[in-house]
Amino acid sequence: MPVIVRIPTPLRTLTGGNEEVSLEAPATVRAVVDQLEAKHPGLKDRLLDEKGVRKFINLYVGEEDIRFLEGLDTKLTGNEQISIVPAIAGG
Amino acid sequence: MPSYADIIAAVRQSTTEVSLDEIKSRLEKRAPMVLVDVREKEEFRAGFIPGALSLPRGFLEIQAEQRLPDKNAPIVLYCAGGTRSALAAKTLGEMGYTHVETANPGFVRWKDLGYPMETPPALTDAQRDRYGRHILLPEVGEAGQAKLLKARVLMLGAGGLGSPAALYLAAAGVGTIGIVDADTVDASNLQRQIVHATSRIGTPKVESAAKTIAELNPDVKVVAYKERLTSDNVDRIFSGEGQGGPWDVVVDGCDNFPTRYLVNDASLFHKIPIVHGSIFRFDGQAITFKPFEGACYRCMYPEPPPPHLAPSCQEAGVLGILCGIVGTVQATEAIKLILGKGTSLVGRLLTYDSLGMKFRELKVRRDPNCPACGKNPTITREAGYIDYEGFCAR
Repeated sequence: MPVIVRIPTPLRTLTGGNEEVSLEAPATVRAVVDQLEAKHPGLKDRLLDEKGVRKFINLYVGEEDIRFLEGLDTKLTGNEQISIVPAIAGG
Repeated sequence: MPSYADIIAAVRQSTTEVSLDEIKSRLEKRAPMVLVDVREKEEFRAGFIPGALSLPRGFLEIQAEQRLPDKNAPIVLYCAGGTRSALAAKTLGEMGYTHVETANPGFVRWKDLGYPMETPPALTDAQRDRYGRHILLPEVGEAGQAKLLKARVLMLGAGGLGSPAALYLAAAGVGTIGIVDADTVDASNLQRQIVHATSRIGTPKVESAAKTIAELNPDVKVVAYKERLTSDNVDRIFSGEGQGGPWDVVVDGCDNFPTRYLVNDASLFHKIPIVHGSIFRFDGQAITFKPFEGACYRCMYPEPPPPHLAPSCQEAGVLGILCGIVGTVQATEAIKLILGKGTSLVGRLLTYDSLGMKFRELKVRRDPNCPACGKNPTITREAGYIDYEGFCAR
């Protein structure tokens, strides 16, 4: 079951402009990040630092922030939609 | 042919009457009761029984199902003397309402007895005309419009987001609009900052916005703060010192991370809700932060991105009309908070992708470890504001 990852505009330079990336059966959110990195090198560094998910980026499984699930170990069963939502400040 | 007297006699037979004393006693006991004033609007405006909703008999059949959705609710109708309400009770009975009573006599006697009454806030004829489409909405009405006219909204930034928000808040009759912005109008602003004008390039944005607002709606008072929001002036500005007192809502349309965090902390210290909007290129976000009720900005984004990963719209560009969508969402939230109606974006982040034309809603929870609104906060009023530039430059 594919998992769809929504890429926000600032990171689309790394996905060749694609707004969605489809991944095959990642078991956890950590696997999502690894698969993204394999497909689009450089993405992982934009999402994670040595402590985990960067604090100005939120990763959502469906409507839920993984910080309030099991973080990067949040399990996936397929068909989920993952959203990457970075802090933006423009006004 | 039945005469008027025959009709009334038959109606009195078929409807249930209730005395004014009984209505007063139920009001005091807060007994469940939907009190409906069926007199004309002009009569209602001169005074009504507290809590009554106005549904003139001429609109009864047309509006009953919308205004009185529960056909089994205990409904009490009244008019001036008891006749119109009896006729209205018969009509509601025919429409399937099961528990309708009619007051006998009516409001004229109620007033003579010195029983409690309310007078709706006085709008002028010009205001009734201007805000007529609002007043027609049961969720707004004259009372809601009067709330808007009394409301005080502080706008942070008269830029991309502030422009459309200020226009709609002014049009809606928000009585006092504070605007904080230190910039002057630049030609490159006009692709999106629709409160300004070509003829005002080079003038301060607060003055330019005030001019547009004055032309749009003379009911609105603008409080102009031609300054950049900082730790030194935020308390003075948020408390409305010398400018009519604290603000009811802050609409945050500023353009940088240090100010976003400053605004968050100040809103918690002053307990003022923030309607947040932010934009970047083709993406927008909006959420409402209600201090200590829903998540705050720090719960959502504990730290800002480092400067090299956070290009501004000045460097990266922004679709002009994106500001219109996000700014008007913010204005809508502000209006709902003032009216106390609807479901606000507290704890819900609305994201908008204008290229994909997709709106999404994400849950934003309060973080028990939040340094500003969590259980053991380190950012407190006593400790004072932190160094926001330094915090965002790491």
